[in-house]
Amino acid sequence: MLEVKNLCKNFGDIRAVRGVSFEVKKGEVLGFLGPNGAGKTTTMRMITGFLPPTAGTATVCGYDITTNPVEAKKQVGYLPENAPAYDSMTVTDFLAFIADIRGFRGQEKNNALESVIQKCRLDKVRHQPFGTLSKGYRQRTCFAQAIIHNPAVLIMDEPTDGLDPNQKHVVRQMIKDMAPEKVIIVSTHILEEVDAVCTRAIIISNGIIVANGTPAELKAKSNTGRLDDMFRMLTLDKEEKANG
Amino acid sequence: MDSIRNCVAIFKREIKSYFQAPVAYVFMIVFLVLTGFLTFSVTRFYERQTADLQPFFFWLPWVFLLLVPAATMGLWSEERRAGTIELLLTMPITMFEAIMGKFLAAWLFIALNIGLTFPIIITTCYLGEPDTGAMIAGYLGAIMLAGAYVSVGMLTSSMTRSQVISFVLALVFCLLFVLAGWDPVTGAFSKWAPRLAELVASFSFMTHFESIQRGVIDLRDVVYYASVMTFMLVATHVVLNNRKSA
Repeated sequence: MLEVKNLCKNFGDIRAVRGVSFEVKKGEVLGFLGPNGAGKTTTMRMITGFLPPTAGTATVCGYDITTNPVEAKKQVGYLPENAPAYDSMTVTDFLAFIADIRGFRGQEKNNALESVIQKCRLDKVRHQPFGTLSKGYRQRTCFAQAIIHNPAVLIMDEPTDGLDPNQKHVVRQMIKDMAPEKVIIVSTHILEEVDAVCTRAIIISNGIIVANGTPAELKAKSNTGRLDDMFRMLTLDKEEKANG
Repeated sequence: MDSIRNCVAIFKREIKSYFQAPVAYVFMIVFLVLTGFLTFSVTRFYERQTADLQPFFFWLPWVFLLLVPAATMGLWSEERRAGTIELLLTMPITMFEAIMGKFLAAWLFIALNIGLTFPIIITTCYLGEPDTGAMIAGYLGAIMLAGAYVSVGMLTSSMTRSQVISFVLALVFCLLFVLAGWDPVTGAFSKWAPRLAELVASFSFMTHFESIQRGVIDLRDVVYYASVMTFMLVATHVVLNNRKSA
């Protein structure tokens, strides 16, 4: 369903992502882990078609993101970091705009809108401008935007960042509910999240994949059997090497 | 078809966002008060004894210089500042559709402002018998002129995430386009380099706007404005492609 082949991205002299390849199948929830600045966001931005890769490509449901971006983007729902949306628009207006651009018309559009507002529990704030919402509601509004067209592939950049424990629980529950019929990628640096929702995890450091396996496999690799020791072992080592 | 639908969706959102904020109304009031004041008071409209819109069209390029950059400064810089550009450009649309939607929205907004100056026409018609052809040509010219300003503002807006910088850059760029064909400037240059002065002037907003004001819509002027807009939109495309994540 989603295939990433040797993705590379250079920003001037900085090689942010250097040859990332992986595959995700339907029903999998892939945790995308790594320290800050490891290249998680850049990789996601390339898969979603926001940034053009320097080399390599990604295929979404058979559509190549570099040669057929519009079709590929139709298959993807994307929740960017920090959940951006237009401050002056109300929640309903914003979601209606997204529905428009996603090709919904008439009654179909109203249905999509209502169902996503119910699903993400946005009813209370639907007529409020986005700029006045709390962090949790912003996150949910942007999440609603990502799933409004029931995408085959859902990509989320730190979806639980800055949420309180209850809200985190809700988001994780929603991810789990949707997981069976979708490909889901979740980036995070919260390791407990991997145990909570992911069926598989990739650890990326300095633009390279350093580990790829189920949470249990990753734990087994460390001496203590704990995910964060494993994470520190793999990424600290790399960082020190990179710094000299 | 899809392409047009996407353009329309972007266009609608942009127009709505103008009118959702009080800025649009403030903008309209300032535009109308300013053009009214300059036309009626500063150029002594009533004492000229000629029923035409010359004083109005004379001031328009200068009013645009201040106000159009204010209307366009947020088009892309605000998307970049708020991070919504990431949302917009990961939708199943092309960059061209997004650029066109925004450009047409801003252009229509300015055109609407120009349309709201109709009391000046009514006044002129009441006082005398103006040349209708010249008036229509003048208004069409004004709308094309506005399109050129908007396209420049859109380009500078794509270059930065700061609305203030976008505004200042647009003002400077537009000022160059205006001054290149403004008589006091061209006059000074034409003494020692007449060919060069003429060439530079032919790139100016003013030169082409003045000929339209006389009531003649020359194909060359239309082509000129269309080329300026096309160039600016293509440049916006290039800038966004290179710097959208910056």
